[in-house]
Amino acid sequence: MTQFLIRRLFWAIFLFFVATIITYLIFWVIPADPARLAAGKAASPTDIARVRHFLHLDQPIWKQYFYFVKNLVVNRSLGMSFVNRQSVDSIIGKDAPVTASLVFGGAVFWLTLSIPVGILSALRPRSILDRISMTFVLIGISAHPVWIGLILSFVVGYKLHLTPIAGYCNFFPGAPGAQCEGPVQWAYHMILPWITFMILFAALYVRLVRANVMETMSEDYVRTARAKGASQSRVMVQHVLRNSMLPVVTILGMDLGLALGGAIFTETIFNLPGLGREVVAAYNADDLPVITGVVVFSTLCVIVFNLIVDVLYGFLDPRIRPS
Amino acid sequence: MKALEVQDLNTTFRTDDGLVKAVSGVSFSLEQGATLGVVGESGSGKSVTFLTVMGLVDPRHAQVSGSVLLNGEEMLGASQHHLRQIRGATIGMIFQDPMTSLNPVKTIGWQLEEAVLIHQDVTRKEARKRAIEILKEVEIPRADQRVDDYPHQFSGGMRQRVMIAMALINNPEIVIADEPTTALDVTTQAQILRLMKRLQAEYRMAIVMITHDLGVVAELSDDVIVMYGGKVVEQSRVNDLFARPEMPYTWGLLGSLPRLNAEGSRLEQIPGQPPSLLNPPPGCLFHPRCEFVMDVCRTKLPELAPSEHGEDHRFRCHLDSETRTRIWGVKKAALVTEDAAA
Repeated sequence: MTQFLIRRLFWAIFLFFVATIITYLIFWVIPADPARLAAGKAASPTDIARVRHFLHLDQPIWKQYFYFVKNLVVNRSLGMSFVNRQSVDSIIGKDAPVTASLVFGGAVFWLTLSIPVGILSALRPRSILDRISMTFVLIGISAHPVWIGLILSFVVGYKLHLTPIAGYCNFFPGAPGAQCEGPVQWAYHMILPWITFMILFAALYVRLVRANVMETMSEDYVRTARAKGASQSRVMVQHVLRNSMLPVVTILGMDLGLALGGAIFTETIFNLPGLGREVVAAYNADDLPVITGVVVFSTLCVIVFNLIVDVLYGFLDPRIRPS
Repeated sequence: MKALEVQDLNTTFRTDDGLVKAVSGVSFSLEQGATLGVVGESGSGKSVTFLTVMGLVDPRHAQVSGSVLLNGEEMLGASQHHLRQIRGATIGMIFQDPMTSLNPVKTIGWQLEEAVLIHQDVTRKEARKRAIEILKEVEIPRADQRVDDYPHQFSGGMRQRVMIAMALINNPEIVIADEPTTALDVTTQAQILRLMKRLQAEYRMAIVMITHDLGVVAELSDDVIVMYGGKVVEQSRVNDLFARPEMPYTWGLLGSLPRLNAEGSRLEQIPGQPPSLLNPPPGCLFHPRCEFVMDVCRTKLPELAPSEHGEDHRFRCHLDSETRTRIWGVKKAALVTEDAAA
C-alpha cells in the first residue's frame, strides 16, 4: 500500500510538471502582451516596459516558469494575478466552492436519474421505457449546454418566474456584501445550473449503466446464480449490480475530476463565479498566473479523484485488491 | 423409477433473422442414480435442451413445447416460483467454463452459502459449516481457510470443484453437467471425472453428462443420446453404441476420436459444418455431410427407429440393415487395423 502511494505521488508530480509546462508553452506560442493589458489603456510605452519588467515578462519563458515553480515550492503560492494583483490562491479558494457546488450537486442529480433508468432499460430492452430513455439519451448528448441553459433560463426563469435567471448565493452565510445567502437560496439559485450541467452526463450515464447491466446479465456467473434458484431480485442485487457498477465508478471519478476544472459553459450562462468563468476571463486578459493556477488545481482534482477511484476499486473488486 | 422423463421437447428461438429450432422432438428418460451421456457438436442443441428442462431459457425469446416430467411432475408451464425451488435443490447444474461461472466479487464461501440459504431455512453460520464440509468433500485442501478466498485465487480445476460443490450442496437428485471438463487440461479432466464418479456413488444422484467427448461418455455413462441439429439421431445403452453404432454421424464421431497408438495417421474428421438451424436442410439434417447419402435422404427425415441389434437402441437413418452392417464392418476393421498397426 505504501509503495502504491509513493508511486502515485511520483506520478502526480510528473503530471503536475507536464500540465504546467504545456500551459507555459502555449502561452509562449500565442501572441499575447499581458503587460499592455495590465498597464491599462492610458499607459505610455515606458510604463508598459516597467510593468513588463515587474511581471518578469521580459525574461525568457523558461525563466518565468522557473520563477513560478520556485514561488510554489518556497512560498507555497501560485503567484499573483497580472491583472489585479490578487493572489491566485485566494482567487481559486473563492471560485472552487462555486464549481464544486455545481459539479457535486449535478453529479447527485445525474446519478439518481441515470442509475435507475439505466437498470430498468437494461432489464426491458426495446420496451417503451427503454425507447423513451434512449431518445432522451440522444437529445441529451446532442443538445449543447449553452442552448439548454439559455432555454431553461428563458422559459423557467424569465417566463414562468419559477427560478432565478442567473446568479449565485453562498451556501454558508456571513460573506460580506452578499445579496443572498444560506442553503435554501443556494439550492434555489443552483437548480437550473444543475439541470443544465447534468443533462449531458445523465444521458451518457444512462447509456453506460444500461450497457454495463446488460453485459453483466449475460455473464456466466449470473446464469450460475439462476441455476442455484436465486430470484430475479436477488440476482440483480447480489450478482449484477456491483459488477456492473465497477466501470461506472472509474468513469465517474474521471468525470468529476475533469469537471472540477471548470464547467465553463454552464458557469458562463448562469453567471456563476466559478473556475470556468474565471479561466475564460483570465484567458481574455492574458492572465497567465490565474490560468496556470486553474490548470494546477484541475490537475490536482483529476489526480485526487483517480486516487479515490483506485482505493474504492480495491474495496469493490477483490481481484485488484492489494494483498 | 424415472427421475426425469422428457417427451417431444421443442425449443424455438425468435431471432431477427427468423425462427431457430434449437431443439426439436427430443425425448429421453433418466433413471434414478443413472448417468445419461449427451453427445453432439457445438450447436447441436444439447445445452439448450437442458436449459429448457431447467426453465432457464428466456420466455420472451423462446417458445417451448412438449413435456418434462421430474419425478412424475410436469415442469413445463410450472410457475417461476416453483421452478426456482427446484433449481439448485432437486436439480443441480455444473457449467462449462469455471473461470467465468463464479461471481468474481464474492467469496467462494459466500456463493456456496447462498445456494444453501436459498433453499434451506438455516442460519448463515450453519450454511457456512455446510460450505466447508462440501469443499472438503470435493477435495479442496485447507477448506476451512480457502472458503474465504475469491474465485480468482483458485485454479481452473479448483474452481470446477467449487462448481461441483455448489451443484451438490443441497443433495440434488439430478446433476446436469454441461461440458464440465471441456475448459480444463487433460490431467485435471481425469481428476474431475473421477471425483464426479465417486460423488455419484456417495450421493446417489443421477447425472446428465453433456459433452462432445465420447471418451467422457464411455467413462461415465449408462445411456447415451447423440444429438445433431437439435434432434436426437441415435440413442442406446452406452455399450451398444460403442459396439454397434447404427448411423453415419455416430460412425464419424467414433472415427474422429484421437487414439494414442494410431501414431502418424491423420485424425479422421467429418467434412463440412453442422447445419444452420435457421435454414435447416430438407430431409435428413446430416445428408449434406454424409458419405452414404441417397436420394431419399434429401427429401425425407428418417424416423427415430428401433435397431434390431439391441433393446432400447434407436437411430435415424435411411440405409437398410444390410448396408449398415457392411459399412460398419469395414469402418470397424479400419479402426482395428489402425490400432493393430501401431
